[in-house]
Amino acid sequence: MTFLALFLVLLMLVGAVAASVFKDLISAVIAAALVSLAASILFYLLQAPDVAMAEAAIGAALTAAIFIIAISRTKRYEE
Amino acid sequence: MRRIISILLLVIVALGISQSLAKIPFGVPKTKVGRHYINEGVKETGATNIVTSVVVSYRGFDTLGEVTVLFIAAIGLGAVLTAGAREGPRKTRPASLVLYTGCRLLFPLILVFGTYVFIHGHLTPGGGFQGGAIIASGFLLIYLGCRERRISRAASNLAESLGGLVFVVIGLLGLGFGDYFLLNFLPKGTANALFSAGIIPIIYIAIGVKVGSELAGIIDNLIEES
Repeated sequence: MTFLALFLVLLMLVGAVAASVFKDLISAVIAAALVSLAASILFYLLQAPDVAMAEAAIGAALTAAIFIIAISRTKRYEE
Repeated sequence: MRRIISILLLVIVALGISQSLAKIPFGVPKTKVGRHYINEGVKETGATNIVTSVVVSYRGFDTLGEVTVLFIAAIGLGAVLTAGAREGPRKTRPASLVLYTGCRLLFPLILVFGTYVFIHGHLTPGGGFQGGAIIASGFLLIYLGCRERRISRAASNLAESLGGLVFVVIGLLGLGFGDYFLLNFLPKGTANALFSAGIIPIIYIAIGVKVGSELAGIIDNLIEES
């Protein structure tokens, strides 16, 4: 439990830093979705399954899809 | 110089937040009202999922506000996007066979799962918002995989309006039968049964339909209009 939680927190940190560093915006969105996914597993481990389901469905799936649709209308690479 | 100042400010903010959070014991109950929900929630509302009893029963009026915020956001997005709408349909590549078959097989299953989540909101984890988001992700799959199957916008608007209407009408019925808005006027039944907890399942089904059609409408607007 403790090791899994530690691993998930590290994964979230890596994902958050990667999302802000990547020049390719699609990769940045995927990294941000990874943060949400790890957060939802962490919510489940902390016995909040309701929040975990909302986070997985909205944070990881729908938000990433909306960002990708928006990026496909503009430019993919940051200058 | 600017960078040093911003790092310094960041450190000060992090110290302040960690100092104030360190005082709060982790996982220890601090409020009496939380204790009351856990001990008396099942008896008072009939819902075995305590989160649902708080969201729909004890704090039902806040949930109505939350649903309204989502509604206004969806309307605003639709207004902004239809103002600059393109002429004619967009040229799209057909999806690959794997994506097409996968989405045709998975879409009904995702719909059933989302419906299950919001119908059983008062018994198991989940509820209207989660179920609605799951259903909307199913519609997202349809938009990615088989574009010729579009959802009718009139049907989605009707479902959205019906969901909101059911929520408000049930709240007003509570005001008519008793003393306050969203009074639980139906019999509570036995806990753990599907037909229990009075108006909670009805309201959660209304919220599920409303949130699902709203989020699907947002995706539809983003993909088709912009």
